[in-house]
Amino acid sequence: MALGTFKGGGHPCYNKDATLGKPIESISLPEKVVIPLHQHTGAPCKPVVNVGDEVKIGQKIGDSDATLTAPIHASISGKVKAITEHPQSTGMDGMSVIIESDSFGTLDESIRPRDNVDRLNPEELIGIIKEAGIVGLGGAAFPTYFKLSPPKGKSFDCLLLNGAECEPYLSADHRLMVERPNDVVDGAKLLMKATGVKRVIIGIENNKPDAISALNKVAKDEEGIEIAGLDVKYPQGAEKQLIWAILRREVPSGGLPVDVGVVVNNVGTAVAVKEAVIHGSPLVRRVITVTGSCIREPKNLMVPIGTLVSDIIEICGGTQAPLKKLVVGGPMMGIAQHTTEIPVTKGTSGILLLSGEEVVLKDVLPCIRCGKCIEACPMNLMPLWLADYEEASRFDDCERLGALDCIECGCCSFICPSHRRLVEGIRLAKAEIVARRNAG
Amino acid sequence: MESGKLIVSSSPHQFTAISTPIIMSDVLFALMPACFAGVWFFGLRALGMIAACVGSAVVTEALLQKLCGKPITVSDYSAAVTGLLLALVVPPDLPIWVGVFGSVFSISIAKFTFGGLGHNIFNPALIGRAFLLASWPVFMTKWRWPIQEAPWMPGFDAVTTATPLVLMKHFNVKVPYNMLFFGKVAGTIGETSAIAILLGAAYLMYRGHIGIRIPFSFIGTVVVITALFGQDPLFHVLTGGLLLGAFFMATDYVTSPVTPKGKVAYGIGCGVLVALIRLYGGYPEGVCYAILIMNAATALIERYTLPRKFGEVKKLA
Repeated sequence: MALGTFKGGGHPCYNKDATLGKPIESISLPEKVVIPLHQHTGAPCKPVVNVGDEVKIGQKIGDSDATLTAPIHASISGKVKAITEHPQSTGMDGMSVIIESDSFGTLDESIRPRDNVDRLNPEELIGIIKEAGIVGLGGAAFPTYFKLSPPKGKSFDCLLLNGAECEPYLSADHRLMVERPNDVVDGAKLLMKATGVKRVIIGIENNKPDAISALNKVAKDEEGIEIAGLDVKYPQGAEKQLIWAILRREVPSGGLPVDVGVVVNNVGTAVAVKEAVIHGSPLVRRVITVTGSCIREPKNLMVPIGTLVSDIIEICGGTQAPLKKLVVGGPMMGIAQHTTEIPVTKGTSGILLLSGEEVVLKDVLPCIRCGKCIEACPMNLMPLWLADYEEASRFDDCERLGALDCIECGCCSFICPSHRRLVEGIRLAKAEIVARRNAG
Repeated sequence: MESGKLIVSSSPHQFTAISTPIIMSDVLFALMPACFAGVWFFGLRALGMIAACVGSAVVTEALLQKLCGKPITVSDYSAAVTGLLLALVVPPDLPIWVGVFGSVFSISIAKFTFGGLGHNIFNPALIGRAFLLASWPVFMTKWRWPIQEAPWMPGFDAVTTATPLVLMKHFNVKVPYNMLFFGKVAGTIGETSAIAILLGAAYLMYRGHIGIRIPFSFIGTVVVITALFGQDPLFHVLTGGLLLGAFFMATDYVTSPVTPKGKVAYGIGCGVLVALIRLYGGYPEGVCYAILIMNAATALIERYTLPRKFGEVKKLA
């Protein structure tokens, strides 16, 4: 079968070998977790516990009345030590609930397996997913329940599960698909029921044959679930590129997947949906990959939300070289951190610890107009001009050239032989354009 | 831990190893077969010209940057590429000092005054050649036989002859293909050997530095037009500076369009101009001027060939 693919993109060094064959390990409960109240796209939550309260695993500690939000739950049992501003992987401080463990790991009474799963209707399913605080686990952390209900006048005919995992270094989704294919497929079936679609396609980059065969084995007797092998190319897992690669549908500029009848969820999200619906467990832990040249024992870990990166580094045997750069997420779109005292959140897919040559930022040379950024841009934009215009504060020209269509995949900056900070400039331009729109 | 010592930068955090100096040195490497052919056919004098042009280009750039208090960037090899390309498009018997003049002019006027690497509108090496042709037309049109070849045309002595294009245009003599293919003909130092140029071009394509759009549309257009006018298209492809120009000059990043469709339009434009000049012009050869004229059209071409953005067609209602 021809592999699904898309225009542009690039081939960064995948560097996945360090953790590829490492089964997901659960870590022992950390002594302390820092759980930010705003881990998702949408409105931040307000705390619903007070300092000094005893909390149990799965107990709701933050919620909001907003239309677009996701409740937050305690990931360990213990005492709420503080509710305060704390550094976060976004680079900014955010209001967080700090819980000190009682080391018992007591589950909240509300966490009980459901016995009436077959009788749940779509609205009830979506309600469960919302209450479980499930957001997209691929990194964007968009509340899942919101995606599952199409806006008026639009409908889905296909659900895509994103198992591309095109970010270099990361192997968390890969391990999840290899080790828990049943859970992925069960989650997919629940998502089918919640959205009413009859067709699910799980897209996986072709460099994960074990994941493809594991899922094929489970899915072959299931009605409507297909596995699609995809070309190994970054950013294969970007939503619009994934939809194009699998279905040859083009999400319109400024539009959403629903505009072409598609809803996309990460494979990890599907597993979280299963845990929420079948086991009654809200989203309190996730799989992350801890890797990079600096870490002694790279691992795939199942960690409670709120576990500090500094604790995770210790679990992985500490550093074997001075840590120069800490990235939360993958090397292409992840965010560099200024401290290791930041918590894992729902959107954290990996922790990358780098040292040495690879982190040295090269001097920017003049643009030689080689056009490699244009070829690499999966959105067919003109990164070299967008960055020029941004530098000249010509934001109208940035907008005219489609700055807002940029998905910030970083292919342009990756490929630039003059080391121009192209995507950085485009990001700034996008922020400025949006700010100006909102202002007037 | 080492809080405060961590490097914080915007993503991505991984980059390709291919940098501008690597691209430029790849171009130099890709020109080695043509250089070798030039020295083989025209002797050590050609080597002297290459060394002088490259050296003076690099020195000129370094001096100007020092004089203007700018960072010295000759280690990006772009000045060396300009010097080498100029050496390859001048006749082998050109006095060395004339070549040096051209090189200095290329770097100082065609490149530096526009703002240096990435900002020049016209290909500096070709501007250098055009300058020399205008200033020393006799030197610039004095050709000679390759050292391996005894003169075989009546009316020419051992050191003077004409290029295959001149021989065809004015004497109706067609040099055989095999001589053209290997380069055993009169011409500039680097343009005569088709095989040497193609080897270098194949390397640049393999490395992903040049695409097929510009050279193929350029050469294809010349083939089509010359064939339409009843001339031998293969002869036109193998003679003059067409191959060197199409693969190494027209593809110059800085002076050619960046848009994919624009590259094709630009290549076709170059091809049309070459064919027009060769068929109807006063000069036997037109590659240099064709490319320079199309350089001027680059910004305009780009403006009308913007790629369609992904998702652009189906606008939201």
